[in-house]
Amino acid sequence: MHTTTIRIAGADGDEIEAYLARPDGDAPRGGVVVIHHMPGYDRATKEIVRRFAELGYDAICPNLYWREAPGADPSDAAATARANGGVPDARLVGDVGGAAAHLRSLPSSNGKVGVIGYCSGGRQSVLAACHLDVDAAVDCYGAFVTGTPPEGFPLKVTNLVDQLPGLRAPLLGLFGADDKTPSPEHVAELDTRLTELGKPHEFHSYEGAPHAFFAVDRPSYRPEAANDGWERIATFFATHLSTQGA
Amino acid sequence: MCTYATVTESVDGSAKGPGGQWFHVSDATVYYDHPVHAMAEHTLNIDLADPSRGPGQRVAVELTRASATRLRDAIDTALASAPEGV
Repeated sequence: MHTTTIRIAGADGDEIEAYLARPDGDAPRGGVVVIHHMPGYDRATKEIVRRFAELGYDAICPNLYWREAPGADPSDAAATARANGGVPDARLVGDVGGAAAHLRSLPSSNGKVGVIGYCSGGRQSVLAACHLDVDAAVDCYGAFVTGTPPEGFPLKVTNLVDQLPGLRAPLLGLFGADDKTPSPEHVAELDTRLTELGKPHEFHSYEGAPHAFFAVDRPSYRPEAANDGWERIATFFATHLSTQGA
Repeated sequence: MCTYATVTESVDGSAKGPGGQWFHVSDATVYYDHPVHAMAEHTLNIDLADPSRGPGQRVAVELTRASATRLRDAIDTALASAPEGV
């Protein structure tokens, strides 16, 4: 496996930082864009990127806070981005699109790219799949895909209900039954809406699991849910990102 | 839970920050969300910062809900003990 930090062209052609992990060898393979959580482009997220390379994919994570805080400690960058109102949706789409294009430009690419995000990145994964040419999307407990942010919400977050008709990739959703954002009701609403729209999707909700159950460095970590979730992700991407896949 | 809820306020004072240096703080950001360091699923987080000097010019605290409530009450008590204008 090779890992490196590179610069890619993001939204509006802006140069942003990204973390890239690639398996050894030249065998054709799919790519995975990892969207980091709100706490930022941190060590835990880079470990996830490497895990996808270990699974056999070219994997990349764009630093969504690069413009506000180039080179800053991830927690400082996250604080700055939060104080500025968060990442605008259009910019997110452009940055993920740039990351996907970089993966497809690699000589090992089979042309297929999936996207996955955790926490706020879960919502952004769905958002990206509504606007970009990706082959599979995974939403890990993203809030406000459905549901309505409270009145006077300081961050400029809206739900994605009006954008779901544009969803152009199969969606795997992994949720904690004890989570409140998204709550089981939010997940059920998304399930219903996607079914009505005829959008292929596969959801799993884990009993006893809170938000962020994949996060191995946090008290929310639930190994049973996380291990099963990783198996679901591996199977889902193998189905949709392999050279022979759908 | 990602509350996303972020409250910002201007402040005027000083904080002891990176490298043990005092600096002027102008902005406070307050939010209830995942901590970076505290071993709790959610905390009340406060950043005191001088954005004009870059993202690293920041003092951050992450407090459990119970301890943040006690801190708020302690601030109220301390302020109430001193008359306006002092």
